[in-house]
Amino acid sequence: MNMYKTKKTIVDSITHIILIAVAVTCIFPVFWMLSSSLKTQDQIFSKMTLLPETWNWSNYVTAFIKADFGQYFLNSVFYTVVGVFFVVLISSLAAYAFARLEFFGKNVLFYMLIATLLIPIPGVFVPLYLLLKSLGLLDSRLGLLLCYISNGLAFAIFLIKGFFDDLPKEIEEAALIDGCSRFGIYWRIALPLAKPALATIVIMNSLTIWNEFLLALVVLQDKAKMPIQRGLMVFQGTFITDYPLLMAGLTIATIPIVIVYLLMQKHIVKGIAAGALKG
Amino acid sequence: MKITPKEKFSNFCFILPALVLFLVFSLYPILRTFQLSVFEWNGIDKDMLFVGLKQYKHILFNNPAFWKSMWNAAYVTILSLTLQNGLALLLALLVSRNIRGENIYRTIFFLPPVLSGVVVGLIWKFVFDGNFGILNHFLANISFTQFQDFAWLSEIKTALSSVAVVHMWKGFGYGFIILLAGLQTIPTELYEAAEVDGADAWQQFKNITVPLLIPIFTIVSILTILGSMQIFDLIYSMTRGGPAGHTHVPITKIYEYMSNGEFGYSTAMAVIFGGVLLVVSFVQIYASKKLNYNNK
Repeated sequence: MNMYKTKKTIVDSITHIILIAVAVTCIFPVFWMLSSSLKTQDQIFSKMTLLPETWNWSNYVTAFIKADFGQYFLNSVFYTVVGVFFVVLISSLAAYAFARLEFFGKNVLFYMLIATLLIPIPGVFVPLYLLLKSLGLLDSRLGLLLCYISNGLAFAIFLIKGFFDDLPKEIEEAALIDGCSRFGIYWRIALPLAKPALATIVIMNSLTIWNEFLLALVVLQDKAKMPIQRGLMVFQGTFITDYPLLMAGLTIATIPIVIVYLLMQKHIVKGIAAGALKG
Repeated sequence: MKITPKEKFSNFCFILPALVLFLVFSLYPILRTFQLSVFEWNGIDKDMLFVGLKQYKHILFNNPAFWKSMWNAAYVTILSLTLQNGLALLLALLVSRNIRGENIYRTIFFLPPVLSGVVVGLIWKFVFDGNFGILNHFLANISFTQFQDFAWLSEIKTALSSVAVVHMWKGFGYGFIILLAGLQTIPTELYEAAEVDGADAWQQFKNITVPLLIPIFTIVSILTILGSMQIFDLIYSMTRGGPAGHTHVPITKIYEYMSNGEFGYSTAMAVIFGGVLLVVSFVQIYASKKLNYNNK
């Protein structure tokens, strides 16, 4: 082995040691959560073992049935699925119009939309609360959903419009001559072609809605309507000393999003790159 | 092809749902924030008392707790900008060296950013616990026994830094992904040419990587600043501003005033805070343009 090769091997080994050390610190807290969720209360307080002594699956049963976690979970699934569906539908319609159609005030409207992406709106939940209150939508599923949908729109329109802009116009023009309506072109031609952009929007908004907490905190009081992140805080207050149960709850809130992430990494990275470029 | 007004109207229908939601749930609340901030109002009474800029004056000059919360957010932000982004850059440089398992590292480093703030906060609250937290157990095992029973999140000295550590743990993978994408856009020919000219690794880094990465670095630092200044979920789930207000940040303050029914006051705070964020990001963009220009 020559000098160059030896040096490269050493440098590569050091690189891997650093990377593995960081990777372990990324995974360990999550592993600790999983492991604790299968322990008994006694094991958590008295013995520090990496793996549970007996695998106590009953924590999950208790979390789902006694501690309302089944309800929180279903609520989150509902908010995420319905919210994402409407974000995709409404933003793709608007993006198609901004990319292809003529209408009143087109440019002004588009720049207004983009401007809201640049303005930091940290305190906007206060007027949002008042608005929902005056509309009679406070503490309602619809109120929370409308907030989620409108939150996702600006970025989605921006991204999908960029995609539509790059599509060749010829197919659409041919369809128009054949007598297809504008809506028909959007629905049958543009939308199916935009699948990669739509996939990115679906994934990004699923992550955002599933993980959202502040709006759910402000808008909802009724436990029966709470999404899982909000439910976790109620749960933590009620079962303050039952740590294995809390860890089971955290695991339930985490597993779906981790599965989605592992399956859809490519789209997530793409979405982040697109999101970063907008800034 | 000429477009008739009727067609213009039917085209307009495509954006109508988005427009309605945008006007009602984005634009109106933003305008309403400014309006509410000059009134004293508890959110319930019919009468709103016009007080002009009085609440702004009070926040700026008579509310040390607000400044304390700003400082706390700034502290988290400064730590993130330096330590977190430094780590993200180091890891991106290491991974971009064509090593094996690039995808595995990428997947693992981006796991914390995917988790929700509440989940991360509650896991780490458990890790930091004084009695049965894994951290104290670990420290005792490597013979730092003085931390037995030390409650990291309830001590004034350590609470904010502990939250900051968790915030950085959650966030570094995000910067890592963007920086890695940026590094991979730099043409390898540049490095090859530099190699031929006899430039060593440090010279290549200083003269090729850094200048070409400045735009990406600007984006990462703006995202870091905006993300860290607006930290909320972690604070709320780990400390709720405690002990004795030592981990309050602006958003928890705004939320606290709102929960106490001081709507006017909390919106005035939101306007001041939003203004600060806006100024910070413009300064950042301006500075990076200047830097970029000088390098050319």
